[in-house]
Amino acid sequence: MYTYNEFDEGFVRTRVAQFRQQVERRLDGSLTEDEFRPLRLMNGVYLQLHAYMLRVAIPYGTLDSAKMRQLAYLAERWDKGYGHFTTRQNIQYNWPKLPDVPDMLDALADVDMHAIQTSGNTIRNVTADHFAGASADEIEDPRPIAELLRQWSTDHPEFQFLPRKFKIAVTGSPNDRAVTRSHDIGLRMVRNATGEPGFEVLVGGGLGRTPMIGQVIRDFLPKADLLPYCEAIVSAWNTFGRRDNKFKARIKITVHEMGIDAFRDIVEARFAEIRPEFSGVDQALLASIEAEFAPPAFRTAATDAFDARYASDPVFRAWADTNLARHRAEGYAIATISLKTPGETPGDATADQMRVMADLAERYGHDELRISHEQNVILPHVHRADLPAIYDALKAAGLATANVGLASDIIACPGMDYCALATARSIPVAQQIALRFEELQLEHEIGEIKIKISGCINACGHHHVGHIGILGLDRAGVENYQITLGGDHTETAAIGERTGPGFAYDEIVPAIERLIDAYLDLRDGQDETFIETYRRLGMAPFKVALYGEEAQTGGRARAA
Amino acid sequence: MSRRFTPKVVTGNDLREGDVIYLTADDRWTRHHHEAELIDDEAHAEIRLILASQQTGKVVGPYLADARAGANGPEPVHFREAFRTRGPSNYFHGKQAAQPDA
Ligand code: SF4
Repeated sequence: MYTYNEFDEGFVRTRVAQFRQQVERRLDGSLTEDEFRPLRLMNGVYLQLHAYMLRVAIPYGTLDSAKMRQLAYLAERWDKGYGHFTTRQNIQYNWPKLPDVPDMLDALADVDMHAIQTSGNTIRNVTADHFAGASADEIEDPRPIAELLRQWSTDHPEFQFLPRKFKIAVTGSPNDRAVTRSHDIGLRMVRNATGEPGFEVLVGGGLGRTPMIGQVIRDFLPKADLLPYCEAIVSAWNTFGRRDNKFKARIKITVHEMGIDAFRDIVEARFAEIRPEFSGVDQALLASIEAEFAPPAFRTAATDAFDARYASDPVFRAWADTNLARHRAEGYAIATISLKTPGETPGDATADQMRVMADLAERYGHDELRISHEQNVILPHVHRADLPAIYDALKAAGLATANVGLASDIIACPGMDYCALATARSIPVAQQIALRFEELQLEHEIGEIKIKISGCINACGHHHVGHIGILGLDRAGVENYQITLGGDHTETAAIGERTGPGFAYDEIVPAIERLIDAYLDLRDGQDETFIETYRRLGMAPFKVALYGEEAQTGGRARAA
Repeated sequence: MSRRFTPKVVTGNDLREGDVIYLTADDRWTRHHHEAELIDDEAHAEIRLILASQQTGKVVGPYLADARAGANGPEPVHFREAFRTRGPSNYFHGKQAAQPDA
């Protein structure tokens, strides 16, 4: 875990002090809203539908127990006793009052946290694989690089007024759990011919209004070149990005309009120019950051307690089968704590639940926690011997839902229950889908499926890359939900395809059920997942399931 | 030809709390939609919005929202505005949980 040095601490404290004065001046009338708005956004304060919202960065999704407890404290002291974990590995508080925000930021600074650059046209919170440092399939822990990028991008004078926001994601594993292909820059660790680790650099990915899959700008970048290369990319886009049109300002449009080859030429030229300026200070810094991310001292212990409980308790077994992932250390596991109990709000945790997770991390998990972009919490390093005790504690806190990767493990953005930009609600749709599949008791039968819901075209709920994507829209003053199929958020990323006309609020859950029923009928055996069936058969049978046979043949009959 | 003017209320968010507020006919700000001034004249709506926009110490982001006359005063027309009168649907938070002050 990275600990702030004097510089970080001083910088964050100064920012809070400045913001405190800015808030005072806004409240006493010395600043207008037009003057204040950019200042509050720089510090993560939004004005949403019903209240202000404070978005706190959780860099690369990593927390320790002290940080998690402080998040719980903020929720209780200044909010309504809960927080919402987002697809960008941030946490959002939905009810702060403006005069309280400086105190909240000070409390965050007490545990080396902040809300800087969680908004505005800057480089946002750098996200990473939530299994980083733990996963069996990993080349190297990507978090030191993510921390280096955080330090480099924080208050970077050249990049405070970018054409639009800019998002970087990094993974150290060939299995991409960080959705790197939908980021402005995606960094995937790979090995070159000599076995040396470096990065495949992707550029121009993004969801939102014009969804695009990132393209490879460099197939192998040595680690030592990472910072200057990223700087060259942002710098090229900063120069050529479309500041004239907000909807065309993201780097994906620049890359698309210019073509990846032309864009690469500009980046490489800029890189050649600035590379000599990076004298190695960044590498020295990286080495010291890497030391802070040294793996914990894994212990060796018997796993009898786990094995016995696994054999005797089917409910524990279901949880273990669903929520555990393979760890790189012998005897260890990665445990995902689902924040998706059917009927609850995806990604929400109460202050009490946060404290339980913090306690478990401290007691059993080498004091580490992660937030996933799928809005769950992870104990990355737990010994199997401790899993029965962990499970019991989770269960008592309402945190033992065994649904990771299943139909009710839905990503949902806040939608029109909170978000000022929303065109429809997403949370209740997620709640109802999850409750419906729980009622049908079909989830484990259905197996792996990714349902992702956004409340507007901005796609914070990643609907484009869901196996089933749902987009809430406003159609003539009524909520309407468009379905996409075949999206993929992994290393084989793909944008889902629209099925056809959307569904009303009370039609969307039955529509999703028809899709899944169709899959169960059509699949080639139990092992074929939803996405595999979709890839084999294409859209047609699912369209029939959604709209009926007539809708399919009707058009053709008329054409004949 | 411009479209026919539909009735409006002036609404925005409270500077300190962030809560949804509405402009009343007697120049107060209320938390209740039904107490808002229902404006059915376009020129008057413009004037009321200008008045609201000048009150930067009280309201953030004032705008005109469609509304219609109801039994107890103005009612929202669009579902977004209806949500703003209540609060979120996933928790009993916001206006729906506030004590109705008569
Ligand atoms: S997708 Fe739209 S509605 Fe959902 S959080 Fe993002 S901006 Fe808000």
